[in-house]
Parts: sequence; structure tokens; C-alpha cells
Amino acid sequence: MAQEERRQVIDRELTMSRAMVEAIAHEMRADDEVFYMGEDVADYGGIFDSTEGLLEEFGRDRVMDVPISETAYLGAAVGAAQEGMRPVAELMFVDFFGVAMDQIYNQMAKNTYMSGGAVNVPMVLTAAVGGTYNDAAQHSQTLYGTFAHLPGMKVVVPSTAYDAKGLMHNAIQDDDPVVYLFHKRLMGIGWMPAPDGPKTPVPEEEYTIPFGSADVKREGDDATVVTLGLHVHRALEAADALAEDGIDAEVIDLRTLVPLDTETIRESVAKTGRLVVVDEDYRSYGVTGEVIASVAEDGLADLEAVERVAVPDVPLPYARPMENEVVPDSDDIESAVRSAYDA
Amino acid sequence: MVLVSELREMYEDMVTARYYEERLQEEYLEGKQPAFDISAGPIPGELHLAAGQEAAAAGVCRHLRDDDTATAPHRPHHVAIAKGVDLKRMTAEIFGRENGLSSGKGGHMHLFDPDAGFACSGIIAQGCPPAVGAGLAAKKRNEDGVAVAFLGEGAISQGAFLESLNLAAVQRLPVVFVVEDNDWAISMPKGRVTDVADGSQRAAGFDMPGVRVDYDDATAVYDAAREAVGRARAGNGPTLLEVQVHRRMGHFMGDPESYRPEEDVEAAQARDSIERLAEDLRGAGLEDDDLEAIREDARERVDEAIEWAKEQPEPEPDAAHEDVFVNPPSGVTTEEPTHELAGGDD
Repeated sequence: MAQEERRQVIDRELTMSRAMVEAIAHEMRADDEVFYMGEDVADYGGIFDSTEGLLEEFGRDRVMDVPISETAYLGAAVGAAQEGMRPVAELMFVDFFGVAMDQIYNQMAKNTYMSGGAVNVPMVLTAAVGGTYNDAAQHSQTLYGTFAHLPGMKVVVPSTAYDAKGLMHNAIQDDDPVVYLFHKRLMGIGWMPAPDGPKTPVPEEEYTIPFGSADVKREGDDATVVTLGLHVHRALEAADALAEDGIDAEVIDLRTLVPLDTETIRESVAKTGRLVVVDEDYRSYGVTGEVIASVAEDGLADLEAVERVAVPDVPLPYARPMENEVVPDSDDIESAVRSAYDA
Repeated sequence: MVLVSELREMYEDMVTARYYEERLQEEYLEGKQPAFDISAGPIPGELHLAAGQEAAAAGVCRHLRDDDTATAPHRPHHVAIAKGVDLKRMTAEIFGRENGLSSGKGGHMHLFDPDAGFACSGIIAQGCPPAVGAGLAAKKRNEDGVAVAFLGEGAISQGAFLESLNLAAVQRLPVVFVVEDNDWAISMPKGRVTDVADGSQRAAGFDMPGVRVDYDDATAVYDAAREAVGRARAGNGPTLLEVQVHRRMGHFMGDPESYRPEEDVEAAQARDSIERLAEDLRGAGLEDDDLEAIREDARERVDEAIEWAKEQPEPEPDAAHEDVFVNPPSGVTTEEPTHELAGGDD
């Protein structure tokens, strides 16, 4: 009976936004020192549904709408975190980090180190990322590599509701600053339909997913596709198409960029010999280069072929034909895997 | 005293902007039915309409010349129209077409028309520093050009705005900051984001004149802007001008506005700055037929622009790779530098 109940619980499917909110609400119930700050997070419930329902349960003191003053409120989150509170501060679009970057990379990310560990900053910075809906260059970036490049921030990128909840619990409980980047297209927002895949069974109880544990979303022997966020789903779609031709791709979802689970990637490459890295961020100096380098450093002999699929080094264009051109789709991934396979 | 010709021009700008956005709304929603999907239809992405805010742009831009600069935020159409941006190419840009102002790269939040001295940005308050820069350039060149930065009242808590006020003041630059106060920063009413109901009071901290026009009255805006733009053009420094406008729609198309009391929407709908200006025009002797002729002319121009825009081709996908640089790097060069390094020849 108990087992039957549990099955029913786990059969419950949530959108990624509901799963995130569930974890935040759980942490807020458990700890009065957890609070949420951001633009349009209270009455609106987050433009991308990231806080829907939190105001009703926790009130304005703990679900705080703030002025359009990112430097002030992200910096205030840093200050409150240094006092021992556990703020979650939301940047509506990751693209807006530019107006407040000092508080993020010079304060939040460095104060622990510069204080020799005397200070710590247990906060979560959440931000919506990603394109695919023609919002142009100031509202469509992922910037995964930017945050991962600068030392002092743990960087989380969920691709499913199950992962989003576990990773959010871990993020709020973590004693270091965590940047939690959620892809708009995966949230399950009414006006921006999600692909199949991010809506998954999610247990009601609390669970954590440790940082630095990549997830093999599909097993395969012929090629290793390493990716994150929306592109996990595009890679799985490509893998299905490749399977029809007898090419069996393994799809690894990084889940966190800092720390990076190089072990899972290397094990997979040792098996397949072929590495394809797929990223919705810019191509140069980013995630694709980093993943390939980390494999090459210790597993060069395993590498028979390498491909990378990413946004070419251009800002994201507005018009549909051009955005489709630069944001990798499943066809791009499929042909990269074929190239690696035929190499 | 405002010349009738000036009132007429403002009326023309305002009715053009209002009708233009009504048409854009229709086009935007086409293909987004029955379920609203932001990425579907002939105009994809976000669309922020300025219906209810036309008076501020019309009243200020009447004082600007083509070689003056205006920067607008994410809600730019009314400013662009009042500043004389090419309507056809702007529309083609919004439809993501090859002959758009930005060849389809920018879209509705990122319109650039250097011929009309117009630019906008999708990031809150970030049009202020470039406006200061345009004012700086005019001053350095001993020209009497003026720059105007338009922003919303939500933006007055942003660092870029406050820093710009200070820089413009201390350098005595020919800049006018125009705050369009529509009471709402998406879901946040002004009272919850600032304790200062009159945003023009921000000016006092920078020792510059601050003026508030308490009602979206184009004629009153025109009068206030005449002084502000005149002061800038005469080399007497910046002014902060706040205009009470109203938001007739959601922050963006698709915004359910469930946070907004119904009375507030009704109050916004009931205010009609266009009809108010029409009253002024009737007072100046125009007949209803004259006003209808202006409106008819505006409708024709707008319909023509939209029709033209929709006939333009979509950009080639490969065009996405162009325009990152005007002088694209061509790769590694082995050419020797053409200059000798100074000194160090022992």
C-alpha cells in the first residue's frame, strides 16, 4: 500500500516552473531566513512563472518585489547572505546582468576568497535564459560560459522538472553563491509552449541532486553528446533520429557547469570515442571549448572525433530565419554526430 | 501660445502612433490564436505598445530637429514616429524583414535610424548614457544639437539614469531627460518602487531644473519642453521633465494584468490625450472635418507602411553572420606592422 502510494506520488508530473517553486516554498517553510527578491516576483508570480503562488503563502516580506535597481537588490542579497540569511534573488533575464555585474562577479563571487574564507555568501541568483522566440540580442542569451568562467560561482542549469527541484534544494542549502539559470522555453509557460521532455514525474518530498553530477539522459555506444538546458531535449530528438540509422548516441546532461562532472564525460568518451558538445551559448571561449579541453587533457587517446555545435559568434538576431540559423537545432546536432561518426 | 501648425503636427504624430499600434496589435495577434504563443505569427517576440503615452513624445519632439538625438526604451514606437523615423522601414523591421531599419536583426525594441537621430534599447534606462554622449558630442563640436532620453518611471531607480543626470549636469550638457510616468513598472505600481511621487524631484539632487507635467496634455508638454530644449540648445545644461501618461494595455502583449485593479485600467482608458488635443485644435478654429482629414491621412500612411513591410522579403538565414563588425577581422595576419617601434635600438 505504501509502495502504491509512493508510485502515485512519483507519477505526479510537474512543469519545470512548478518543480522549482515547490523546492523554493519547501525551503522557505523550513527556514525563515530564506526569502525571495526580484522584479515582478510577487503579484505577477514571475514573468516566467518562477515564483507563482509564493506571495500568497509567504507574503510581501518574504517574497519581495523590488525597484528596477539590479545593482542595489543583487548587492543587498550579497549583504544579507553575508549576514547569514539565505536570499534567492532573481534577475528577470540573464541578459540584464550587465547593469549589475560588479555585485555579481566582484562581490558575490569573490568575497569568500578575498576574506580568506572568513565570509561566505549563501545566496542563489536565479535568471531566465535562452532564445527561440525571436526576442533579439538583449533578451535571448544564455551566457552559461560567462558565469562559469568567472571563479567563485557555482552554476546550475536544469533541463527537467525533476532535476530543477533537486538542484534548487541543493542551491538554497549550499553555503556558496549559486547561479541557477532556467531556460524560458522549458518552464511550461502558457504563452511559450515547452517541448516534450521537461515535464517529468516529481516526488513531493524534498531531495537534493548534488552539484557536479552529470546525468546520462540516454545511453549509447557510438557517440557522446554533451549538452545542457534546452539542448538536452534537442539532443535527445537528434538521438532518436540517429537511432533509426543505427547510430546510437549517448546524451549527457551536464546539470551543473561549476562544478563540471568531467568523469562522467570521460567515461562516456572512453566508450564511444566520439565527442559532440552542444551549447546554446556563443561558440568561442565557452562551454564547448571547455568540455573538449577537459577531455583532451586526460583522455586524448580516447578521442577519435570531436565536433562542437553552438551559437556562432554573433549576437542573437531578431528575425525568425536568422535566429533559426544561429541557434542549434536537432538537425544541426544530428549532422554533427554523423560527421563525428563518419570521421 | 502654441501655433496652430504645431498643434496640428502633434495631433498628426499622436493619431499616427495610436493607429499604428492598433494595426500592429492586430498583426501581432494574428497567428497567435486561439492559444497565445509568443513565437508564432507574423510578428514574433515581445511587443510593448505605448498607447496612452503619445502626448509626451509628440510634445517634446516638436522641438527637435533631424540632427538632434532621441533615445527611447523598449516601448519606442510613439517616440520614433514623433522623431520622424522612416515608418516603412521601421515597420519592416518589426516584421523582421530584410529591408527593415536593421535588416531584421533588431526588432521592435532595437530600432536604429541615424538619419532621424533615433535609437532605442531593450534594457531599462540604458538609453540615458548614449543620450548624454550625443549631448557631449554636440558640445565638443560647438554645435547646438540637443539629445533627449526617454524612459519610463520604472527606470528612475536605475543607476544608469541617476549617473547620467549627474554627468549631464556637471558637464552642463544639452540633454533633456523625459520620464513617461505611466504608473506601472510591469506589475509594480509607482508607490511601491519609490517614495517620491514626483519623479522630477530627482533633479534637485543634481542641481538641475526638474519639471512635472501632471496630466498627459500634449500642449502642456509642448510648453514645458520648449523651455527645456531651449535651455539645452542655448548651452545652459540639462533638464529633467516628467510627464504623467497612462498605460492603456498590458506591459507587453500577452500580459494578463491580473495584478492590476480593474478601476485603474478603466481610468486609463477614460483618459484620452488625443481627444484633449483635439479640443485644443477645435478651440484654435479647426473643424471636425479637418481633424478627420488628419486622421484619414495618418491611417493611409500607416496602412501603406504595413502593406509595404509585409511585401518585403525575409532575410536570408546567412545574413545572421553579417554586421558583427563594420571591418570584420579577416583572421591571423603575418604582415609586419607598418610603423617602427620608438626607441630601444641598442
